[in-house]
Amino acid sequence: MDKHIFSVGDINRYVKLLLEEDDQLQDVWVRGEISNFTHHSRGHMYFTLKDTDGVLRAVMFAGSNRYLKFIPKNGTKVIVRGSLAVYEQGGQYQLIAREMQPDGLGSLYLAYEQLRSKLQEEGLFNPEIKKTLPVYPKVIGVITSPTGAAIRDIVTTIRRRYPVVRIILLPVLVQGEKAPESISQAIETMNQTDFIDVLIVGRGGGSIEELWAFNSEVVARSIFASKIPIISAVGHETDYTIADFVADIRAATPTAAAELAVPHILELRQRVDWLEGKLRNQLVGQVSRVQERWKRAHKSLLARHPRRQMESANQSLDRTVSRLHASIYRLLKDHRLRNQSFKQRLEFQNPRKQLQTLRERLDRDQSQLAKTGKTLTERYRNQWLHMMTKLDGLSPLKIMGRGYSLMYKDDHLVKSTTQLDPGDSVKVELIDGTIDCSVWAIEERKNHGKE
Amino acid sequence: MEKNELLALTFEEALKRLEDVVDTLESGEVPLEKAIDLFQDGMLLSQVCSQKLDKVEQKIETLLEGSDGLVVKPFELEEDR
Repeated sequence: MDKHIFSVGDINRYVKLLLEEDDQLQDVWVRGEISNFTHHSRGHMYFTLKDTDGVLRAVMFAGSNRYLKFIPKNGTKVIVRGSLAVYEQGGQYQLIAREMQPDGLGSLYLAYEQLRSKLQEEGLFNPEIKKTLPVYPKVIGVITSPTGAAIRDIVTTIRRRYPVVRIILLPVLVQGEKAPESISQAIETMNQTDFIDVLIVGRGGGSIEELWAFNSEVVARSIFASKIPIISAVGHETDYTIADFVADIRAATPTAAAELAVPHILELRQRVDWLEGKLRNQLVGQVSRVQERWKRAHKSLLARHPRRQMESANQSLDRTVSRLHASIYRLLKDHRLRNQSFKQRLEFQNPRKQLQTLRERLDRDQSQLAKTGKTLTERYRNQWLHMMTKLDGLSPLKIMGRGYSLMYKDDHLVKSTTQLDPGDSVKVELIDGTIDCSVWAIEERKNHGKE
Repeated sequence: MEKNELLALTFEEALKRLEDVVDTLESGEVPLEKAIDLFQDGMLLSQVCSQKLDKVEQKIETLLEGSDGLVVKPFELEEDR
């Protein structure tokens, strides 16, 4: 018996080797219906795929199944992509699933995957050929539907962030049979101009069928051929389209695309302000550095230059002479200064000044005196006038003018009846003349002076 | 540099030149007279940058096939009408 006896492990290992050597089995697409589905607590999914002909065990590890966009369950028809492997301990072979799609979309998904691999192999997605976006675009081209939310979001975002840019919109169909040709044509049209700095190509989110134009080969090739850098902006975060892979940069939403396309005007303002501040500081710094250097040079010049001369023995004579000169000069200067100071002091004592002061005082006193005299005279004159008026009122002539008269007997003023006797001659003086009268009778007023 | 000459620059060019001026000054190898000239240029450039940012001329246009090729025409979005 020279037949070799294998262990179970050997057999399983050998089968494993055979299976895993086969390239075709390492990347297979399998269609089937899920059964015996369990989602293990550690995250792995175990199930079997079955069709009318049989069953195939399958496992989808947590690392892969977390990207699933649907929840698999028993009875779901699916297309699974994965590799075949042997589970040695169980003596079973199984499909290690990496991707899984519900079968309804399966054909689209397959087409997508096939196109993606084809274009990838052709190098359309190569990172090194991606164009960089201009930092400060002047004109933005937008290729999308003129009525959807996408164009509104883009315009709103650009207006808010960077209102100095021009927006050129080429309206296209973004879904339906004619959409791929429409989008592709628009990209080419935009490229016929020479003033568009960046293109945004996209649409709002939708179902995978609605986004399908962006998975078409014609769109992918137009994006690749574009000389203008392209930002793709298709749908929402989770959906990657072929357009996203070919585009120079992929934005998850139209709003995000607009944000990528333009800088924020506030950042620019801040940058300009910051540069201006730096500019000022630089100049101030440079001026003060130059000043500092000048000060140092000046100081060392002062410190060094005369002293070096004087320290030289050959010049000691010169030095002495110059010292002599200097002292004479100083002496002269001192004298001159002293002289000057005497002169100044003398000038202070100049009687002309005092005379002037005295004259001014005299003038002041004189004018004061004249003023006082004038005031006094005025006052006395007024008093005198007043007195005169009063005096005038008291004049007997003035009283007589009102009808009074004076009576004289023998040149004596008659003030009482007792001075007279009937038959006396009297003179009555009126304002304008004298009457000679004689007294006929005397009637004494009885009560006079006795009350 | 003349102000008109500077105003003809694009924002990007003006900003680049402003950055160059600052860099040159920062190198500290410019004589003072030159530095003052540069400073004045820099201040002008900064002004030009600000003015360009102030100039709001947002409008939406589209491309149409004309007799001599493509022409730019204003385009109105529905909500702008």
